[in-house]
Amino acid sequence: MTDHHAAAPPAGAVPWKKDFALRLLADMVRIRRMEEKAAEMYGAGKIRGFLHLYIGEEATAVGALHALSPEDNIVATYREHGHALVRGMDMGAIMAEMYGKREGCAHGRGGSMHLFDKATRLFGGNAIVGGGLPLAVGLGLATKMQNEKRITACFFGDGAVAEGAFHESMNLAALWKLPVLFCCENNLFGMGTSIERAESQTDLCVKAASYNMPALKVDGMDIVAVHEVTKQAAQRVRVGEGPLFVEYQTYRFRAHSMFDAELYRQKAEVEEWKTRGPIHTFSARLKAGGKLSEEEFLAIDAAANSEVAAAVAFAEAGTWEPIEDLLKDLHTS
Amino acid sequence: MSRKLNYREAMREAMHEALTNDPRVFLMGEDVGMYGGTYAFSKGFLDEFGPERIRDTPLSELGFVGAGIGAALGGMRPIVEVMTVNFSLLALDQIVNSAATFRHMSGGQFSVPLVIRMTTGAGRQLAAQHSHSLEGWYAHIPGIKVLAPATIEDARGMLAPALADPDPVVIFEHAGLFNMEGELPDDWSVDISSAKVRRAGKDVAIITHGGSLPKALAAAEQLAAAGIDAEVLDLRVLRPLDTATIMASVAKCRRAVVVDEGWRTGSLAAEVMARIMENAFYELDAPVARVCSEEVPIPYARHMEEAALPQAEKIVAAVKGFFA
Ligand SMILES: Cc1ncc(C[n+]2csc(CCOP(=O)(O)OP(=O)(O)O)c2C)c(N)n1
Ligand SMILES: [Mg+2]
Repeated sequence: MTDHHAAAPPAGAVPWKKDFALRLLADMVRIRRMEEKAAEMYGAGKIRGFLHLYIGEEATAVGALHALSPEDNIVATYREHGHALVRGMDMGAIMAEMYGKREGCAHGRGGSMHLFDKATRLFGGNAIVGGGLPLAVGLGLATKMQNEKRITACFFGDGAVAEGAFHESMNLAALWKLPVLFCCENNLFGMGTSIERAESQTDLCVKAASYNMPALKVDGMDIVAVHEVTKQAAQRVRVGEGPLFVEYQTYRFRAHSMFDAELYRQKAEVEEWKTRGPIHTFSARLKAGGKLSEEEFLAIDAAANSEVAAAVAFAEAGTWEPIEDLLKDLHTS
Repeated sequence: MSRKLNYREAMREAMHEALTNDPRVFLMGEDVGMYGGTYAFSKGFLDEFGPERIRDTPLSELGFVGAGIGAALGGMRPIVEVMTVNFSLLALDQIVNSAATFRHMSGGQFSVPLVIRMTTGAGRQLAAQHSHSLEGWYAHIPGIKVLAPATIEDARGMLAPALADPDPVVIFEHAGLFNMEGELPDDWSVDISSAKVRRAGKDVAIITHGGSLPKALAAAEQLAAAGIDAEVLDLRVLRPLDTATIMASVAKCRRAVVVDEGWRTGSLAAEVMARIMENAFYELDAPVARVCSEEVPIPYARHMEEAALPQAEKIVAAVKGFFA
């Protein structure tokens, strides 16, 4: 078993206006509370199937997605609850989808791993590892061929880097200079396999370089760094420089899914990474800089909790899609 | 003396035995080692057999399945585990274009003694990218053998003959069976060539395989209560199909319903029905019926998933249709 020592917790002044900083903090807290509740509801049998929590990794989705515009395309994985929420989806629609209710964003057909939302241009949580990458290339191609300004941000894990689809997509995007931002959430594990046991080259940016694609590495636990780097990267992609690869170095605090004995990592390693937790470290920095009081934090937390309570109530009150509709939507007409 | 064990333990024992008895055998796949196997089939193996023979792979299905083919060509006896049939699509090229072709295409020079195991089927609310039953597709491919162990005996017994087979064998393990318990008889050795009657009857032949077998047996019990004596035939081997045993059941019962978790169109069920048409048309008292999955990607919500799949009630209804 390899040790993955955590660096020092993110620190330093937060160079943002208070309003903006608190908005991002609130989004991280919203994801955290929503997922804690989802885990609880899984235990209660309300949510079934696979449930992959993003707890610990919130800074990446929040920091990155706030650097994008509403016209941009998003492609995500099965670990996408946070991305969906930050993108602007209603928490009730997400929770109801996890419950399998008709009022969910996909009427309960997809569940936790397949959140889709046309309004916010979320082209799905994809449960085939690496499955989203070629789609992102195609979305970028469509943008380019139609002279649109939008970019496509494609999220995927370190594990996906081993798939052929990753390499084919990176090459195509670079070859055709497509407006795609490859957002690799490197949490050091693909299920139970650590990156050292999966990759001959563990520096993922080197892989991008081999496709002649610029690459940036960022501390994914540091929301300030995540946001600033993504903003810069997105700008370069938007002005037509071609695709760009960003590696967000992060860590998953919970099990891979809901059934996982976590035999592949030490408890101490997880605890060490928790000291870098994105919510408490960012809060501490804001407090130190006089941009956050304890009362304000509690108010953010309380607001998140009531949003979660409302989302659960919405999901509980939801209905089941009638069985007669089973074949509906197989084709467009 | 027979003993009780579940499907998972039976498969684990079979792999353990193969690894113990033949140094050429090794297990390769995603999370088979340190994680203990996605479904705990290989828990403890890494400690016992070491990382050379219990080989965790990166997420590279095309690569490691192809590497299994190469290792088999080079003298090893790999067991390659693919987490689910949905992910095996990433490796389909190597299976169809290489494993299945080499023996014939090389004029009989190169055999590929490889076993590929994978989970198949729905029933766990895993939605459309984790729940499909594509064994019928594999059964379409000449050059591979396709097995579907649906009993404790077959889970325990099919691996050894599959490994002894000089050609590629693909084993489909239905996720709905993993916790199923049963008695393993003393002599559990099985062949990988025949279909098997799991319940003898005389009024209707229910022909099925894999995860649908328990549903077919449950349906037969319900039918018995209604005075209909159903025979349940487990195909077990999906390629090559044991046509003779199918026809024997059909000739005896004169009515048949084929139950298959694959989608109806172009299904394995369709192939079985076609064979009955070719071989036993004049033995039939009624057109052959089938119960398949509805033709949609499998939905997440439980009631919708259940509605999409073959169920005992649907089988009962199909059989009662013969006697209406
Ligand atoms: C093609 C494919 N192979 C295997 C799986 C099973 N699986 C689901 S998630 C996962 C790990 C992926 O790791 P990574 O890409 O690092 O993302 P993370 O889960 O860490 O966010 C595996 C092996 C899958 N869903 N798709
Ligand atoms: Mg990962």
